[in-house]
Amino acid sequence: MSKINQLFKEKPNRLCSVYFTSGYPNLNDTATVIKGLEAAGVDFLEVGLPYSDPMADGPTIQESSSIALKNGINLDLIFNQLDEIKDEINIPLVAMGYFNQVVRYGAERFCKKCQSVGIETLVLPDMPMIEYENTYKAMFAEYGLSNVFLITPQTSEERIKKIDEMTDAFIYVVASSSITGAKGTISDKQIAYFNRIKSYNLKSTLIAGFGISSKDTFDTVCNHVNGAIIGSAFVKYVGTNGVDHIDAFVKDIIG
Amino acid sequence: MSKFQVDEHGYYGQFGGAYIPELLYPNVKELEDNYLEIINSEAFQKEYLYLLKQYVGRPTPLYLAPNLSKKYGAHIYLKREDLNHTGAHKVNNTIGQILIAKHLGKKRIIAETGAGQHGVATATVCALMNLECIVFMGEVDIKRQAPNVARMKMLGATVVAATSGSKTLKDATNEAIRDWIQHPEETYYLIGSVVGPHPYPDMVARLQAIISEEIKWQLKEQTGKENPDTIIACVGGGSNAAGAFYHYMDDEEVALVAVEAAGLGINSGESAATSQLGQVGVIHGSKTILMQDEYGQITEPYSISAGLDYPGVGPLHAHLFESGRGTFMNATDQEALDAAFELTELEGIIPALESSHALAVLGKMDLKKDQVVVINLSGRGDKDLETYIDELEKREARKHE
Repeated sequence: MSKINQLFKEKPNRLCSVYFTSGYPNLNDTATVIKGLEAAGVDFLEVGLPYSDPMADGPTIQESSSIALKNGINLDLIFNQLDEIKDEINIPLVAMGYFNQVVRYGAERFCKKCQSVGIETLVLPDMPMIEYENTYKAMFAEYGLSNVFLITPQTSEERIKKIDEMTDAFIYVVASSSITGAKGTISDKQIAYFNRIKSYNLKSTLIAGFGISSKDTFDTVCNHVNGAIIGSAFVKYVGTNGVDHIDAFVKDIIG
Repeated sequence: MSKFQVDEHGYYGQFGGAYIPELLYPNVKELEDNYLEIINSEAFQKEYLYLLKQYVGRPTPLYLAPNLSKKYGAHIYLKREDLNHTGAHKVNNTIGQILIAKHLGKKRIIAETGAGQHGVATATVCALMNLECIVFMGEVDIKRQAPNVARMKMLGATVVAATSGSKTLKDATNEAIRDWIQHPEETYYLIGSVVGPHPYPDMVARLQAIISEEIKWQLKEQTGKENPDTIIACVGGGSNAAGAFYHYMDDEEVALVAVEAAGLGINSGESAATSQLGQVGVIHGSKTILMQDEYGQITEPYSISAGLDYPGVGPLHAHLFESGRGTFMNATDQEALDAAFELTELEGIIPALESSHALAVLGKMDLKKDQVVVINLSGRGDKDLETYIDELEKREARKHE
């Protein structure tokens, strides 16, 4: 069983995940960030692979990505940074990037590298489901990788069920119909949406993302789904405060 | 089935598709499920053709340019898209898409623009249809295309500056997509070229196909034959070329020449000649050829012409390139400027800088005496006057030396 599924088995609720932008704020912060987040009690991590044109991300993550790229980050460096600490960490790693990065790097080469550094889950928000089904699912599986799909309030029931069938890790529940980091609170409409998804009795673990930025929003979301991903709020925090005291940020959210 | 039409999955050969985050899926699916039925409906066709005729001023002339023909030793026709209302071919597409948006019940229209031509064409049809219009434009382009920004504002559009990346067309497109994600239900994204996720490339090509439809009957009227030997069009995203090529794609006897912007030169590092410098990848929701580094990061293109300053190319053109059906040439900034001055002097027509790239390859081709060449003159040069004045001053200074 993959590390992340082992985690879901042991801890079905209040799962806290944090997204960070690799190479941000400084090129070589990756190890400090990962170790810091693991020590602070975060359950699993999303390793952001900075992209020049991140169309599903909000301004905060886009800006951090563009700084990281200016810092000189690239896929090979990220894989090296992860390789160096792979024996010191135990936290499940999810890589989040864009499909073009995988295509250009070479999908098979990308998978091989992911496997060798301990990544077992991918979020590629612009990879079409049909392409995954027809081409990549088998290849990913060969390297112990599974892909995570997003659902939104506009995703149909039929499509959600199909995603549920195709998912080996979790479903990324987009908490609001907005881009990352735009909203401050969880609305009744969003809660109704969570409840609607729950009523489908899906087999997959449900992790909410987009717009979760505080203890309040984290707690509210965790009442309805299995856990949440904090992205923009963390990126903003390390942008201002650096990476040495990230336990303070995490404590503020998960208590 | 044509080899060059989009297939049922939204692909041209290996190119096309819809590489979009789930957040955009319902919008794109809604459009995909409806666009053909709408376009093929009698009501749409009637209103679209009426507006093209009485509002836009179509058909645009197909003009045998006598002096240009003499100079290059061939029969050179200009398809005068520059004479359209708002000054370029862009309005063919915005008229069509605004009718589609209305049909889908959308109240809020968003668009991206580079030089501002598509922005103006969108703001124009939104004024006509009384719909809210928001145009995303790179901060750099806002500064260098001030007259078009003023036009859009006068037409009632809100112009939003894209401040990320290089602050040009690519970034304006990212901002428009982001806005669409935030307002998924009431908003229609009116894309200006044959780019973006399926069905946009096919939809825009169909709406621009009026160009080659007219060339066919106009050429027949003037020469007795529907088919020219060669059609030349400039390509940024590629909408005017798609329109000019559309009805000729399966007639392999007609050579299709796509001209990309070489900027300061193909190997100068300052270029936008995607087919020469790019590799297969995904940009703005479509699998195509794009300029990128070894890690798939999209590189910043460069061209003197804001309309060709784009790091990708529509998937149809990637397919024409890969299959060899299209001949891809390119012209540098200076070659385009020279061609603009040449057309102005020879024929009394000031072309847009984009279209000047198409004119600029005439001298690089081995033209035969009886060869019939159609150049799609996609836009007029009013918007480029500042650039032309700079060039004029340089020319006058050289004369005085």
